[in-house]
Amino acid sequence: MSSTSTDPRMAGSRKAPSKGISLSWSDPRFRAIVWQVLIVGLLAAGLWYLISNTAANLEQRRIATGFDFLGTVAGIPIGEHLVPYDPAVNTYGRAVLVGILNTLLVTVVGVVLITVLGTAIGIASLSGNWLLSRLCMVYVEVMRDIPLLLHLLFWYAILLTLPTVREAMMLAPGVFLSNSGLKVPLLVWEPAHSGFMLALAAGAIATWLAGRRATRVQHATGVRPATWPVALLALLVLPVAVWALMGAPFTLEMPTKGRFRFTGGGSISPEFMALMIGLVLYHAAFAAEIVRSGILSVPSGQWEAGGALGLKRGTLLRQIVLPQALRVIIPPMTSTYLGIAKNSSLAVAIGYPDLVSIVNTMLNQTGQAIEGIAVIMAVYLTISLSISLFMNWYNARIALVER
Amino acid sequence: MGTTTTTHASTPARAQPALLVAGPIAWARANLFNSVWSSLVTLALAYFLIKYAVSLVDWAFIKSVWTVPTDPATGRLDPTACRQAKADGGACWAVIWDRYRFILFGRYPFDEQWRPAIVIVLFLGLFVVSAMRRFWRKELALIWVATLTAIFVLMWGGVFGMRYVAQDEWGGLPITLILSTFGLACAFPIAVLVALGRRSTDLPAVKLLCVVYIEVIRGVPLISLLFMASVMFPLFMPEGLNPDKLLRAQVAIILFAAVYLAEVIRGGLQALPKGQYEAADALGLSYWRKMGLVILPQALRLVIPPLVNTFIGFFKDTSLVLIIGIFDLLTSGKIAVTEPIWQAFSTEVYIMLGLIYFCFCFSMARYSRGLEREFSKSVRR
Repeated sequence: MSSTSTDPRMAGSRKAPSKGISLSWSDPRFRAIVWQVLIVGLLAAGLWYLISNTAANLEQRRIATGFDFLGTVAGIPIGEHLVPYDPAVNTYGRAVLVGILNTLLVTVVGVVLITVLGTAIGIASLSGNWLLSRLCMVYVEVMRDIPLLLHLLFWYAILLTLPTVREAMMLAPGVFLSNSGLKVPLLVWEPAHSGFMLALAAGAIATWLAGRRATRVQHATGVRPATWPVALLALLVLPVAVWALMGAPFTLEMPTKGRFRFTGGGSISPEFMALMIGLVLYHAAFAAEIVRSGILSVPSGQWEAGGALGLKRGTLLRQIVLPQALRVIIPPMTSTYLGIAKNSSLAVAIGYPDLVSIVNTMLNQTGQAIEGIAVIMAVYLTISLSISLFMNWYNARIALVER
Repeated sequence: MGTTTTTHASTPARAQPALLVAGPIAWARANLFNSVWSSLVTLALAYFLIKYAVSLVDWAFIKSVWTVPTDPATGRLDPTACRQAKADGGACWAVIWDRYRFILFGRYPFDEQWRPAIVIVLFLGLFVVSAMRRFWRKELALIWVATLTAIFVLMWGGVFGMRYVAQDEWGGLPITLILSTFGLACAFPIAVLVALGRRSTDLPAVKLLCVVYIEVIRGVPLISLLFMASVMFPLFMPEGLNPDKLLRAQVAIILFAAVYLAEVIRGGLQALPKGQYEAADALGLSYWRKMGLVILPQALRLVIPPLVNTFIGFFKDTSLVLIIGIFDLLTSGKIAVTEPIWQAFSTEVYIMLGLIYFCFCFSMARYSRGLEREFSKSVRR
């Protein structure tokens, strides 16, 4: 025992390491600091070089800097806008807002459609029906191996070869398809309809509360009280009653065919349709693969256990398999949603006025490339971050709670 | 006993099940008609499948036009037959027959187009060699350097008696292959460094830089980087130095690809058991030898299938250069149908482009899946 304490070599190495950093190359902490200072310094020098070049170039080409141009009148004609927009009066800032809203519209509609179609195809590709599952697999293979941009150009070209307005196809009374897009009847909005929507929202909350109460009762007594009478009353009877009491107005504004264009009614432009068809067909293939592998990740014992309880295949899928598969599905689905948001920027290739396409026109007019690209990047970073945060929150909510 | 068996075998009740357990009828019953719903789905799908397959074959092969005659008066092709076919519901493949060299090689001088043709073959050879596991050695890097050099010599020319061809005359499939392959080759080392930087514990400043780089690039679309390359990059450079458009787009693609590759490689680094790191430390290896000799060889092997999938993604994404006006395969296809006589036949050209992209992506995907199966087999053993 005593020999260890008297061993001079051991005594030296037993000493606690000194807190300070020795200025020697053999101290890893010193090395780390030197390396970091070096790397950050090099990067800063490179950045400074680029910035000074840029400043000199901007001055030489007499390009203004700053975001003042957002307040000047834009003069960009934009075909589709969710907020009122007039190129003669409104500013670049307003045009950018129109672009952001169009991008969000494409993203939201795309996410919903892709989730529905992708889930359907993913489940169908695991069907016991050989023909159905084969067709789904062929769909996935073909769609995801073709570039999205080619999808968009292809569908846009197809939509443009549709008959002209004069020979427009009538799909249903009041629904016309032609090379200038889809025309649909529009409901003439009256206060009664707002009342209907309000009643519907109230009904949805009531149904949700009833569902929660039913679950509580089920936990306490083991018997789930029927919730469908409440749902029927709150979601159907109440809104219809409100609408009927307020006079039951129902007038449709039908599109009427002119010589070169339609008047009245709502319309969906061929650009939006091509973008939507392309985005949905392409991304649904990826979503289907994610759903399929998620379902496959649920152990077969779960299927068998559910079957042993006498559950039907549909109930089994909804109540037992999908909730467990969701945990595997959510993280890759998040990146698919992010991909949809980012890929909606390809709209610029077919002339749909999304954010990128409007900013592109803007920076061609003003020459202020840096500010324009900064706007694009800031908006997309915000969208990406929001989707990530939401999906992380949702993922944490459905994650397996381990005791 | 013997008699009972013979009587049983001779009765039809015994013979019938054998037919229903195996054979096409039994198979159809189990896989296509095992319930009322399944039968309905099968019938409906079969109806639509046959209906559309028949009209597709009709359009593509029976009512289609493959060549059109030259109009003797003008010396130009006469697309009347194609217009007629289109009106009858048939395809016009004559547009591809006429324009395939433009679609494949873009505006490359017509007499010199054997050079990009060889380049395409070289690229295919490079892919095939890289895909074979017996070539997964250090020498593979040399093969890549040599092949890429040969490719650029062939494209530019100016030596060995080949005419010099400026970069803005390049186009078509070689551009797509250069952007994706060269992009991957350059992005890969950057990606390894960034992945290591993001995992580093001793260098917090470097880690922060890597995280910011990865998250920013992943949050923005490739388009915005390409715009940056085409309109902002010239402002960054000092007066007089102006790299051409293709190189600028290539830089943007490299910066973009490096991030996604880095995340895949990081997955491999994380999947490696901690014992490997500790064992390398215990041997007293320095950081770079630990990574180069112990960690990276194992981690990279682990992520080859997802790396191939990422590469498929880039191969498709290179088509985005169309938006900034670079002459890749998709752009040349799109421009080929702007010619007045072929304007109405873009569908045929887009289908051909789709087939080319599909062949590349599908074979890579099949390869990646095969590798994955092989790897998981060896892990299980």
